[in-house]
Amino acid sequence: MSFEPFILSFKLASFTALILFCIALPLAWYLSQTHSRAKPFIEALTALPIVLPPSVLGFYILWALSYNSPIGAFFEETLGVKLVFSFTGLVIASCFYSLPFMVQPLQNGFESLNKNMLEASYIAGKSRLTTLFRVALPNMKPALITAIIITFAHTVGEFGVVLMVGGSIPGETKVASVAIYEMVEIMDYSAAHIYSAIMLGISFVVLLSVYIFNARQSKRFGL
Amino acid sequence: MIKLNITKELHGANGAMQLALNTSIEEGEFVALSGKSGSGKTTLLRILAGLEDAQGEISVADKVWLHTDKSLPPQEREIGFVFQEYALFGNMTIEQNLLYVAKDTKLANHLLEITELKEMKKRYPHALSGGQKQRVSICRALMKRPKILLLDEPLSALDSAMRIKLQNELLTLHKEFQTTTIMVSHDPSEIYRLASRVLVLDNGKIINDGKPTDVLLKRQGSQKFTFQGELLEIKKVDVIFIAVVAIGQQLVEVVVSSEEATNLQTGQTVRLSTKAFVPTITHK
Repeated sequence: MSFEPFILSFKLASFTALILFCIALPLAWYLSQTHSRAKPFIEALTALPIVLPPSVLGFYILWALSYNSPIGAFFEETLGVKLVFSFTGLVIASCFYSLPFMVQPLQNGFESLNKNMLEASYIAGKSRLTTLFRVALPNMKPALITAIIITFAHTVGEFGVVLMVGGSIPGETKVASVAIYEMVEIMDYSAAHIYSAIMLGISFVVLLSVYIFNARQSKRFGL
Repeated sequence: MIKLNITKELHGANGAMQLALNTSIEEGEFVALSGKSGSGKTTLLRILAGLEDAQGEISVADKVWLHTDKSLPPQEREIGFVFQEYALFGNMTIEQNLLYVAKDTKLANHLLEITELKEMKKRYPHALSGGQKQRVSICRALMKRPKILLLDEPLSALDSAMRIKLQNELLTLHKEFQTTTIMVSHDPSEIYRLASRVLVLDNGKIINDGKPTDVLLKRQGSQKFTFQGELLEIKKVDVIFIAVVAIGQQLVEVVVSSEEATNLQTGQTVRLSTKAFVPTITHK
């Protein structure tokens, strides 16, 4: 039995969490600080992947990344990168799919910070960037951990979008969830059982550790 | 000298109002800002700090902080700000809270010594009492050696013993650093002890400006002493009437005539005074 699909799932989730953290951090900070009228529109857009059926999201991404769209054509012709049915395409699709799971906890974390604490840092002469990294982020560790871990776990758990954008190429796009689907399809129930049990166990342990960490933080710092 | 001439549209709990202030404050002065809640005191501090915008002009020692639409950001204004709810950096120890503002270990140690916090400088804010937190906050505000120290009801959340202790520390610090200080306060005894000048705000305007003695001591008639309080109850005891009045934290009983008893209503703010040996009680 091969564990390649699991390794691929975790590789995909790690890339996605890392990239999304870099994208979502400024976005969440902006959303938490702005009074702009555009805020609800941006919030609604970032929340879309929660409510959209994965097939809809998958269809649009597939269409956008394919050779038929300007984006896909540009990547393939100029950079020589094929985006659909490739690992790169999967990472891009996952970033869209998991965006709200990174943005929302971070935004909530920023919004629950004591506003005066940030202002005290500005008055101390510190820039917004210094304040973000030395005051804001260290005082919202639970939100930070929640955002990263939930994004990771959510990416490991995705199925519909991955299947549509990536297909099922072993070692390239065949992640654990897709592998299980195929096992059921060919009625290899014992393999499906083993894979599913592993997924269940890992997911539970990940969530459990998030909750334990957050409970400890709130006990220690009264957050 | 701080010159200040500002206006700002405010939307408070009492509907829209116009904050319009024009005054100047001498260097080294200790100014108390007093007035009802919602009168614009905190907003004035926040405008001075650059945390809120306003129209008009602010200049400090010939340096322009605000001029029509050009506003110096809080980072570049030389101020210290003490928030009502401390606003300490929870991820840093007391010492780190101070050193974050300026890497001046000598000054930090000195401030912590004055405020008797030196022993606990390695502790985190969550392990401190309210009074200790506020002292850290005051020390932190002084770390930049600011031109102006702004205090937003810094002692209102503390019990009276702690308040008096911190008032003394504030006085010590003010004497040593000579920082121009503006403090929002509701407590007349605090204002009397600390401030050299009081500005009373009402509805966004300055309605009184002067020395604490002149502004706070309300003299009327020839009373020997006078207190203001809330009339809680009038009870009939045999043939006389006794009024129970709350003055500050204290309850007092006074004998009132039947005429006074019928004219006064419970819940009213009353003035209790005595002329020679005859206490009188009148509706304010």
